[in-house]
Amino acid sequence: MPSAPKAKAASGKRGDTGVTSPSKPQLLKFYRDMLLIRRFEERAGQLYGMGLIGGFCHLYIGQEAIAVGMESIRRDGDQIITGYRDHGHMLAAGMSPDEVMAELTGRIGGSSKGKGGSMHMFSTQAGFYGGHGIVGAQVSLGTGLALADKYRGNGAVSFTYFGDGAANQGQVYESFNMAELWGLPVVYVIENNQYAMGTSIERASAETRLHKRGVSFNIPGEEVDGMDVEAVAEAGARAAEHARSGKGPYILEMKTYRYRGHSMSDPAKYRTKEEVDEVKKTRDPIEHLKEKLAAAKVTDDELKAIDAEVKAIVAQAAEFARTSPEPDPSELYTDVYLEAAQ
Amino acid sequence: MTEILMPALSPTMEEGTLAKWHVKEGDEVKAGDVIAEIETDKATMEVEAVDEGVVSAILVAAGTEGVKVNTPIARLGVASFDTQPSAAAQDDVGSKSSRQPEQGAQAPVSKAAGQSSGDPEKQAPETAVRQPEGEGPAPVTPKAELKDPEIPAGAKMLKITVRDALRDAMAEEMRRDGDVFLMGEEVAQYQGAYKVSRELLQEFGDRRVIDTPITEHGFAGLGVGAAMAGLKPIVEFMTWNFAMQAIDQIINSAAKTLYMSGGQIRSSIVFRGPNGAAARVGAQHSQDYSAWYAQIPGLKVIAPYDAADAKGLLKAAIRDPNPVVFLEHEMMYGVEFEIPEVEDWVVPIGKARVRREGAHVTLTAHSRMVGLALKAAEELAAEGIEAEVIDLRTLRPLDHDTILESVRKTNRLVSCEEGWGPMGVGAEIVARVVEHAFDYLDAPPLRVHQEDVPLPYAANLEALSLPSVEKIVKAAKAVCYR
Repeated sequence: MPSAPKAKAASGKRGDTGVTSPSKPQLLKFYRDMLLIRRFEERAGQLYGMGLIGGFCHLYIGQEAIAVGMESIRRDGDQIITGYRDHGHMLAAGMSPDEVMAELTGRIGGSSKGKGGSMHMFSTQAGFYGGHGIVGAQVSLGTGLALADKYRGNGAVSFTYFGDGAANQGQVYESFNMAELWGLPVVYVIENNQYAMGTSIERASAETRLHKRGVSFNIPGEEVDGMDVEAVAEAGARAAEHARSGKGPYILEMKTYRYRGHSMSDPAKYRTKEEVDEVKKTRDPIEHLKEKLAAAKVTDDELKAIDAEVKAIVAQAAEFARTSPEPDPSELYTDVYLEAAQ
Repeated sequence: MTEILMPALSPTMEEGTLAKWHVKEGDEVKAGDVIAEIETDKATMEVEAVDEGVVSAILVAAGTEGVKVNTPIARLGVASFDTQPSAAAQDDVGSKSSRQPEQGAQAPVSKAAGQSSGDPEKQAPETAVRQPEGEGPAPVTPKAELKDPEIPAGAKMLKITVRDALRDAMAEEMRRDGDVFLMGEEVAQYQGAYKVSRELLQEFGDRRVIDTPITEHGFAGLGVGAAMAGLKPIVEFMTWNFAMQAIDQIINSAAKTLYMSGGQIRSSIVFRGPNGAAARVGAQHSQDYSAWYAQIPGLKVIAPYDAADAKGLLKAAIRDPNPVVFLEHEMMYGVEFEIPEVEDWVVPIGKARVRREGAHVTLTAHSRMVGLALKAAEELAAEGIEAEVIDLRTLRPLDHDTILESVRKTNRLVSCEEGWGPMGVGAEIVARVVEHAFDYLDAPPLRVHQEDVPLPYAANLEALSLPSVEKIVKAAKAVCYR
């Protein structure tokens, strides 16, 4: 693989990306998409409590601004890949709430026909490459997607998401090294929600400023307020432009917070209720956007109409997920191998 | 009217304590509001309102212990802000008492929530499982059609090393398909640690012949990612011993994703490199991974012996839409064999080859062990025992029809492999033969394999540890009661 061009943007420097303030329709779309994720996840939590969803289920509540903000700057052909906290990314990428919820309930109408579950969903149509259950594995895979983009010269960018926990995995740094060495078009989006399961970042990371983790590979990185959808979109545009223009990888550390436990069975006793409440009260991405919407003269009726639309979509998804049949037993042995075309 | 049910905190929870109410009757709540806390011996969790509305009744008092999952604990009435509870929410609650929704009689899969472990063969309904006889749960490509390519009359036979046969296979496939590329340590400028990729860089350039840093885990993952995007990478490991750092990507990412994605995401990728024991390199550089990878559904596993199979099977592996583990042998790279000068020599995956016919005992082997088995057969012939030697060539899917056919003829079996015996390739072959040809056996089958120790460095101990012609001869004579 030919080497990357050596000219680099200074770490964290804000360049001119031509980003202008989002229009009112854009702000309303942010609101709708974030609300959809939140209501969807709340419903998923309820269906889990009712036993309709099994196994592990990691909710995205609190982190909505990241998937939604990044999606707003994604172009056709760009790929997304993430770990197991993936429902929000799929909804943001345009996968139907029906197929995502039905995968959670393990039904034939799910995006993987019920064979993947919460952590293993994919949609080639939406450019969504999973949905991976092994912490950090998606970072190498996402870098490989970028390798394919460069190989083909298709101008696409791979948006590779991982958390503060995965940021300590060895293969992340193997991937950083190759991405920079070969100038691969990948944007690493670190969703730093402060806790790797029950271990706070301070207890797990010698360097907690994760946007600096690319320094020894010459990969620029910056810290972003991941609770502010506009800030996410703006930084995302800048990072994507860097990768797309052939300058190689870029790291965005999104400072965020998950409101729920690591998974459904996590009571989250490693942090105080006051800490969680403080974030909900002062940094909530949806409430924060509501203030901006008010300033943009969006009326209560407009918001109510969106609330009703989202509510109906989620109710429909839950109904679909509940009534879609379980996969036929004959599905047990399908999709293990593809037939060779000889 | 919407009922709030006692939720489960985990797939195994059956009951819990309703620790605290955050609301009282008459309170208005929005969807997502925390209304109560429940506890089990392991966890405490908040219960949220399913929908907006007014708390019209609290059915279970705070502090109540042993509240069964799915018991109604509160009722929500329609809120003053005119929203109707969804039909789904209505239906979700109601009279259901089991944790699993009614699915109708047509779903015979286990009803218990969260049950996914256990033997799939045991749980699978009979009707759904059209598994080939004895092939285990994995479907296999039908083997009846598989035939080696015809060698046209008058085709010239060329002498070529296994190393060059592998090289030619890659070069031909890279000429044929622009999506095929090679990556690995020292594959480009150095021309290959074992010179298997000699001159590929010169022909295909550094876009398609990629030197990687020494980071097996990372570059295997990059290869799988590129395959998921539709390219057809060949990932060379300098030896399979180093691929243990990458085994997560091979198994969890490459082998399983087609299934987990319901058929959407393919990984057409070949992982290849030398496997097994070299000479005097010690335990960490001398391990046979045949049995490890051959156990994994979603992978195909190939271990060729001679140059013609190395070339023909590698070409088939590169074209195959599935992830393929291709196990070469360092001690065979420099060995010359005859190979027919045929354009596009492709050998089918999943077909064993009878390399020597015989009536008295069946010897199975793969990779370098085929040579030892053939040599043993010669020695046995001198003593009047005619051994049939089967070169397995592909370990997954295993061509057990050819093995069974042979054992039904010879009534005796010795399996030969370079790896350890317990849970090994031979163990699997013996199991299948016992399962499907038990009545044909005239003697208990025997396995020849590496001794059950890490491979020693000292020359004498190394020789003692590894399988040998002598050990094969001894086993074959034993099953013939000679």
